[in-house]
Amino acid sequence: MTTDSTFRTQMIEAREAPDQSRGVLGWFRANLFNGPINSIVSIVVILLLARLVWPFLEWAVIDADWIGTAREACTGEGACWVFISARFESIVYGFYPEAARWRVDIVFALLAILVAWLAVPRMPRKKWVALFTLVVFPIIAFFLLVGGSFGLEYVPTRAWGGLMLTLTIAVVGIVGSLPLGIILALGRRSKMPFVKGVCVIFIEFWRGVPLITVLFMASVMLPLFVPGELDFDKLLRALIGIMFFWSAYMAEVIRSGLQAIGKGQNEAGQALGLSYWQRMGLIILPQALKLVIPGIVNTFIALFKDTSLVLIIGLFDLLAIIRAGLTDSNWLGFSTEGYVFAAAVFWIFCFSMSRYSQYIERRLNTGHKR
Amino acid sequence: MLRPSTTLPRRGRGPLWRNPAIRALIVQAVLFLALAFFVGYLVHNTLVNLEARGIHTGFGFLEGRAGFAIPQTLIEYTSDSTYGKTFVIGLLNTLLVSALGIVAATIIGFLVGIARLSPNWLLARLATIYVEAFRNIPLLVQILFWYYAVLRALPSPRQSLSLFDAFFFNVRGMVMPDPQPLEGFSATPWALLIAIAAAILFGLFAKRRQANTGQALPVYWIGTAIIIGLPLIVFLATGLPLEWVIPEMTGFNFRGGINILPELLALWLALSIYTAAFIAEIVRSGILSVSHGQTEAARSLSLPEAITLRKIVIPQAMRVIVPQMTSQYLNLIKNSSLATAIGYPDLVAVFAGTTLNQTGQAIEIIAMTMAVYLVISLTVSFLMNLYNARTLLKER
Repeated sequence: MTTDSTFRTQMIEAREAPDQSRGVLGWFRANLFNGPINSIVSIVVILLLARLVWPFLEWAVIDADWIGTAREACTGEGACWVFISARFESIVYGFYPEAARWRVDIVFALLAILVAWLAVPRMPRKKWVALFTLVVFPIIAFFLLVGGSFGLEYVPTRAWGGLMLTLTIAVVGIVGSLPLGIILALGRRSKMPFVKGVCVIFIEFWRGVPLITVLFMASVMLPLFVPGELDFDKLLRALIGIMFFWSAYMAEVIRSGLQAIGKGQNEAGQALGLSYWQRMGLIILPQALKLVIPGIVNTFIALFKDTSLVLIIGLFDLLAIIRAGLTDSNWLGFSTEGYVFAAAVFWIFCFSMSRYSQYIERRLNTGHKR
Repeated sequence: MLRPSTTLPRRGRGPLWRNPAIRALIVQAVLFLALAFFVGYLVHNTLVNLEARGIHTGFGFLEGRAGFAIPQTLIEYTSDSTYGKTFVIGLLNTLLVSALGIVAATIIGFLVGIARLSPNWLLARLATIYVEAFRNIPLLVQILFWYYAVLRALPSPRQSLSLFDAFFFNVRGMVMPDPQPLEGFSATPWALLIAIAAAILFGLFAKRRQANTGQALPVYWIGTAIIIGLPLIVFLATGLPLEWVIPEMTGFNFRGGINILPELLALWLALSIYTAAFIAEIVRSGILSVSHGQTEAARSLSLPEAITLRKIVIPQAMRVIVPQMTSQYLNLIKNSSLATAIGYPDLVAVFAGTTLNQTGQAIEIIAMTMAVYLVISLTVSFLMNLYNARTLLKER
């Protein structure tokens, strides 16, 4: 009832938002040109992109040669992807005999299905599929790829190569290093001094040396360790080295997960009269492993990238096959195409894994963040 | 009376294997025996194999004549030197590329990490692309790319690309001016040492003064001025006793100047670019880990932006950054062993490569090579644990 001039009695009409903070131009102002320094930075970045990205696109896409089967097809100014498409088969299968490549295809397809099943959260029966992937699938893959039984032709590992070998090493490394890493992590937290000591020394040893020296060791020292008459497959030796090496890293990741689980969980298990393995297998590990899925996936990524190192001990993985193609006298001078292609393949695998780990992290992390 | 029973079951109540203490002993004894048997088996096989191949174990081979040349030697070396010397040469080359890589990776990593947090949308996106692109491509691919696709594609020495007419890039690497100290130059490094000592003393003085009077001095500016100024004055006063030998084209190659191997350049580039992507992520997460409340508190105390950054954000971020950064440095040192793929003469390429092939002493050589990396890793982890204990968040 007071008509004090301090208060208004009518609503002020809504005003339009300021011109300069709306729309595309407003966005540009807010994000790129808010202040002199930012404007200079933006202009420098734009110029840099124009200098780097456009020529690369021109080289890789616009001026590139895509179609053809021989070197004569490389006529344009840009990249010649014919180099890749002409040897695509060997990049995928290595020297695997052509008649038996369907076996590799089956393994590829099975692997893709299993990985997709495990990766998509909605799919049911995760536990069984995981068990199948870790136990049954390696056996199937072994018999299919090596052959020599069930009427399949024997294919020595010498003939393995390309993407197929890269994936084999990666999958064996992953499937082998995960259980080994779990055991090592549990051992390192054990109260038994000898068990703990062995695990600590094992882990710190492998983490302290470069993978190359491990591969060298596998290729020159391992043959000395076994009885002379035993012929030790070169790929198998490399796989053993890779598995031990990465299990140490995996153990440290898993240990960080074990440390994050409260003491009460273990004590509650004890109070229920569960044995050590029951407590670990049913209570501690399921929680701990879930916590460190991102860390485990990051280790997988590192492992996948480092499979390329086997070229140094003379195995023909994806990178080595492409490199071997570069020394072909018909195809000299295509190293840029070769290495860019190899980089792209590895990048696609690693980037999707890292994206997946971020997605899982978001899914598991409910709340707590502002 | 009820009493929680935490003691072990008494003996005589149930079989022996129900007693956890005894069970632990049995488990450990079994593990010990299994390991001892396994190691003994390996040693036995190895001895048998070595005898069958006629290889003599021992480190006597280190005295033998190497008989091969190494393209980059930081200390005196000829093909008449011993195998032991090849070990030292390789180690020094490993340390050289690691040190160069660590410096460059840190600089690039910090810049990119800070750029990822920039309010400038374009710059932040560019930094993100950098990180995502380079850390998801195997280092070996990057090394081979820089070496074969970029540096091998450079022109021949006659058509070298030049920078300021002093640095020349060609297919044989980089040639750069060689500083030759003249008489009287030794005064400058001494001046630098004195200046650093003076700057530290000044810093202590300023700290005490601030504690007593509350007045702060511009320590960083004055310190920098001392460290740069004093050597500069001495250098000028002694009459510029430094001569730069500019490389010159004579015939088919350059004469004078320092020649840097293309292998070193490629390895250095790849290692720094690759590791910088990881360091950038560490720097970013370190800065983000400092809670917003800290900066808000500083602002409410009306501390200036620069002081907030220097005294509040950076010290706390460092607690997160430094341990992870050290492990990246260790990774870089270990990754430098990929040198062997392009033939940069590092420890693995020279010693575990050529020397091993010539002498066949696989066990000794691999063990020595691994020991070097192990010693570096364990030393650094030990120092890191000390640092962690010192900077640990002190809670009541």
